[in-house]
This record gives sequence, structure tokens and C-alpha cells, in this order.
Amino acid sequence: MREYVLQRVLQLIPTLFLISIVSFTIIQLPPGDYVTTYVANLAAAGEELSEEEIEALEEHYGLNQPGYVQYIKWITNFLQGDMGLSFYWDRPVNRLIGERLMLTMIMSFFTLLFVYAMAIPIGIYSAVRQYSATDYAFTFIGFIGLATPNFLLALIFMYIGIKFFGADAGGLFSTEFLDAPWSVARVWDMLKHMWLPVVIVGTSGTAGTIRVMRATTLDELGRPYVETARAKGLREGPMTMKYPVRVALNPILSTIGWQLPQIVSGTVLVALVLNLPTTGPLLWRALMSQDLYLAASMILILSSLTLIGTLISDILLAWVDPRIRYGERGTT
Amino acid sequence: MREAINPGAEAGSDAASSAYEGGNLSDLLEAEGTVGETRTQFLTPRQLMSIRFRRNRLAVVAMWFLGFLYLAVLFAPIIGPYDKSHRFTKHLYLPPREIHIRGDDGSWRRPFVYAVKIETNKETFTRDFVEDRSQQYPVQFFVKGDPYKLWGLWKMDWHLYGVENAEEVGPIFLLGGDKFGRDIFGRVLYGGRISLTIGLVGVSISLFIGLLLGGLSGLYGGVVDNLIQRLIEFIRSIPTVPLWMGLAAALPADWPQLRIYFGITLILSLISWTSLARVVRGKFLSLRDEDFVLAAQSAGANQWYLIWQHLVPSFMSYVLVDATLAVPGMIIGETALSFLGLGLVSPTVSWGVMLKDAQQIVEIAIHPWILWPAMFVVATVLALNFIGDGLRDAADPYADL
Repeated sequence: MREYVLQRVLQLIPTLFLISIVSFTIIQLPPGDYVTTYVANLAAAGEELSEEEIEALEEHYGLNQPGYVQYIKWITNFLQGDMGLSFYWDRPVNRLIGERLMLTMIMSFFTLLFVYAMAIPIGIYSAVRQYSATDYAFTFIGFIGLATPNFLLALIFMYIGIKFFGADAGGLFSTEFLDAPWSVARVWDMLKHMWLPVVIVGTSGTAGTIRVMRATTLDELGRPYVETARAKGLREGPMTMKYPVRVALNPILSTIGWQLPQIVSGTVLVALVLNLPTTGPLLWRALMSQDLYLAASMILILSSLTLIGTLISDILLAWVDPRIRYGERGTT
Repeated sequence: MREAINPGAEAGSDAASSAYEGGNLSDLLEAEGTVGETRTQFLTPRQLMSIRFRRNRLAVVAMWFLGFLYLAVLFAPIIGPYDKSHRFTKHLYLPPREIHIRGDDGSWRRPFVYAVKIETNKETFTRDFVEDRSQQYPVQFFVKGDPYKLWGLWKMDWHLYGVENAEEVGPIFLLGGDKFGRDIFGRVLYGGRISLTIGLVGVSISLFIGLLLGGLSGLYGGVVDNLIQRLIEFIRSIPTVPLWMGLAAALPADWPQLRIYFGITLILSLISWTSLARVVRGKFLSLRDEDFVLAAQSAGANQWYLIWQHLVPSFMSYVLVDATLAVPGMIIGETALSFLGLGLVSPTVSWGVMLKDAQQIVEIAIHPWILWPAMFVVATVLALNFIGDGLRDAADPYADL
């Protein structure tokens, strides 16, 4: 077990390094940089900057150095916990993303819980009552859920909220809690707002997982050992939960690692539509204004957190299931 | 690549495949239900697949739906009554027009519309479009209208339907009009040209990369396999949307739209090739030790011949199923990026670009019909999923006929 964990953690390091390079390069790709956008904006407003002033600006933001120097500076500072300065906001990146990042993580976590809490019971039910009206209903909803991109779902919910309830479904806090310091009441207020984005982001994952759960449970229910259990007189309900379901759960849980990147992606998009104070809108604005350090840091952090989440789920799984520890997972 | 196959082997394969030819498919379908054990033996795998697919009614309906949609998109300028950038400035946000076939007195008529006029709502003080019941205008078919060039080849100016004097009595907007007074239905068809092809082009690219890298990985194993697998794991571990957003934002804004289109397609393929490559690799690995491959090897078949004549045909159906199921993800991806303003932008029309107008929730609340492009996205993705599922069931060699 210890070897397995060690091996996985060691594998993580080169991956993280690669991701840091990729995120930095992506932001460097577009022609021009923050200063050019800034100068263009000023020029549009009728204010001309002299050559010296532009150079001073580039000097100030460190943009006059070659790319790799910028990268090395950024990454060494990053490792010490300093993510650089956001050009657009003129504030340290750390302070900008701290709370948003936490909210994103909380939301992703709840979404993951929601996906499994909904999908596993429904999947089992659909399998046990195959071809019943409820099974068809869930299958239908599942297909729609898979086919509707979550940002569209968000739009539709917003529309329903305004049209029928006269309430804005966006945001994570009521107005009186917007800038309030953290308190029990504020957390409660947040949870009251969070269920909607969680449902929206989780829908497609839930739909997909229901289908997998249903299929694997059906497979297991047809196995001879189930027949044997029935012949021995076990009651149907406890027998199903104890044997076939436990086997069927395995592929579901072992794909947490694929679920997580999707959920993080989903939260980014949905947050933009619902205007949530999470990382989504900030990343979007940073990309639009070529805010180098902010955008790169956010892509890096989002990817790293996803990787770490995957790692934790993998370790938990290996702890539960010895087959994974001995490398069977690599073949599936 | 095909030159590598030696001519002798080619002839041999022809003989082999003709010996494998099954009975006539239409005969068999006529005799469906009576297809007995003895006749099944004469069916080629492809025929079996086709029969199983046709039994899946949902998949067949989805296939027809998509077929119609692609045709409609192909003939978008004819079916749409107005040019995609034709602005009816007097009729901004015109609600979907109702086509009537019964007059006020209940008598049946040829399809007609009432003229629209603007009236101020006494309660909400908004200016609404209402039907002017005193003026009827017949819907005309094959009318002259905005000129266009069909597929860039033929100059034409007739449209499937229309109404006379549209500027005054209100244009026929089947799905309503947008904020510039443009026809949403027509634009959905134009936009479909982009949204529906981006998935196909993207999947072709993914398929190419997936076959190449997955094949290399499965064929050579060892270091190559290890490298490619690590690459795939790396790409899959990055959350897609931030990566897409970053890459899409990196496309220079001054590029011509066609180049942006291919840029976006490439970005979307960058991630989806990985799952195809995995399938290809797995199939290569499992087929490598099959008896028929060993037999061909010992009969002296060279590598290329083996790959193209034996390996690829035996796993291609699986890969195509997975490719079908990858198309919806790409369509959604394009829609999402354009919706965020990071992908294609106006004046190019795509479903995502159209939905960008629906970002303001207030606009949706007042003019809900601007969400129509979304319905097309959902319907298309749903249809593709049904077809993919149908193909997957049909391609299962162990399924009963």
C-alpha cells in the first residue's frame, strides 16, 4: 500500500510540472500581451502613450523579458505561494482567487456527492425493475440530461426562476451576505443557493453514471451466483444489495478520476451563466484581457486540484480494493 | 500506404472476401422473422449489423431526423425565407409568426398570416406585436426574395415560402426574430452548417490521430506505448473547459473566420482523440494474439497487409461507434465556446453564436424564443446519442439476431 501511494505521488510531480508549462504557454500564445491590449484600450479612449511610457509599463509587469525567464520567475514564486500580480485588477493573484477557489472546491465536492447519491440508487432501481415505467422515465430523463449542455440547463433554470418565481436564480449569496464576513448564517445562506448549480453541473454526470450503474447491475443480476443465492433462499432485497450491487459499484467508483475533471469544467461554465463568485467568471475575464499571471495560475491550480482529487480517490479505492493495488486498473 | 500491399496478397483477399459474400439483404429482410439458423450463416457481419440496427426504432427515427436536418442545412438559403443578415428594422424581436389555415368565421383557407401591428399594452406599457385581424396575407410558395448563391455556385433568388410586402406586414419568422430583426429559423439553418459540420470534421481529425497513435501504441508496445499512454493520461487529467477556453482565447482575433473554424475544430479534437486511441490500442492488443492473425502471419503476410486487411476491418465498427458518440461532445464544445465569445463570433452564424444573444437572462424572460438554437443543439445531440447506441448494440457480435 505504501509503495502504491508513493508511486502515485511521484508520478504526480512530472505531470504537475508539464501542466504548469502548458498553462503558461497557452496564455503566452496570443499575439501581443497585456500592455498591448491596455495601450490599445487607452488609444481607443483617445489617450496616446509615448514609447518610454510603454516601455516603463512593460518593465513594470516584467513583460520585456523572454518567455522562459518569465516562466521561471513565475513558477519559482508560485512554489513559494506567490502567484504574481493580476494586471487587470492590479492586485496579487492569491488574494483574488482565494475565496473563489474554495467555493469552487466546495461546489465540486457537493456535485460529486450529488452525482453518486442520485445515480447509484436510481441505477440499481432501474436494473431491478427493468422495463418498468419508472425505468423508462429515468432512461428518458437520463438521455435528456446527457444531451443538454449544462450551461444551457443553467439558462433554462434562470428563465424558469424569473418567469415563474420572479426570483434571480443566479449568485451564491443573498444581497445582505454578499460582503459579510463568514458566519454560520452566511454558510447556511450559501448552501441554500448552492443546490441549484450543484444539480445543474451534476445532471450530465448523473445521467451517465445511472446508465453505467444500470448496465453493470443488470449484468451481475444474470450471473449464476445470484441464482445460487436465490436458490438458497436469501431474500431478494438484501441479497441484491449485498452481492451484485457491490460488484457493480466497482467500475462506478473507479471512474471518479474521470468524473472530477468534468465536474470542474462544468462548474467553470455554469458559474459564468449563473454569475457565481467562483473561479469561472474570473478565469473568463482573465483570458479575455490577457491577464497572464492570473489566467495561468488559475488553469494550473484548477488542473492541480483535479489531479490531487483524482489521486485521493485512487488511493481510497486502492485501500478498499486490493485488486487495484496490484495494478489491475491499468488494463481496464 | 496502400503500395505496401503486395499484389498477390490483394488478389488473395478478393477471393477470400467473395467467398464470404452472403445472400441478398433485401430478400432476407423481406423474410424477416423467418430467418432461420441455416440462412443466418450466409449473412456477412455487416449485413447482420444493418438488420440489428434497423430493428432499433429509436435509432432509425434519429437517423431520419438527422438526415432531414443535414438536408435542410444544405439547402438553408432556399428553405430560409430571408438572407441570414437581412434585418427587418421595424420588427425587432418579432415573436414566432402563426400560420393560420382557418379564417375568423371558421372556414378553411389556404395557409395565411395576419399582418402584425404594434400596440402598447395598457397594463405593462410595453410595445407588443399583435395580429391585425382585418388583414390577411396568403403564405406564398416559391417566391422571389433576397438573392443568394447556392453553395457558392448558382445565383438564385427564390425561397420556399414567403409573404408579400414583408417589410410592412411583418416577415414570416417561424421561430421568431432576434434583436436585429433577423429570422431565427433561417439563421438556425445557416448556423447548422457550422455546428453540424464541426463535429464531423473534428471527429475525422480525432479519428486520424487516434488511429495513428493508438495503432502505434498497440503495435509496438514498450517505450512508444508507455509514452503515448502517459500523454493520454496527462491530457485526460486536465479539466477540459479551462483548457479549451485558454486555447480558444489564444486564437488571434484577426484571423479569418474559416481559419478560426478549423482552429476551434483542432482544439476540440485535441482532447477527444484520446478515448479513440485507447479503443484502438486495446483492440490491437487483443487481436494481436488471435488465431487468424497468427495464421496470416505464418502464411507470410507483411505488416501493412496484416494491419489493413485483417486488424483494421475487425475493429473498425467499434471505433466508428465510439466516433459517433464523440460527435455530440464536439457540438456542445463549439456551442459553449462560441456562447462564451471565445469561439466563432458574429457575423459568422453558428448555434453558439446565436445563443450568445441569450446570455442576458432578461432577454430570455421577455423573448423566450431566442432559446430555439438551444433546442436544436439538444435534439441533434440526442439523435446522435440514439444512433451511437443503436450502432453499438448492432455491432455487438454476440447479440442475437
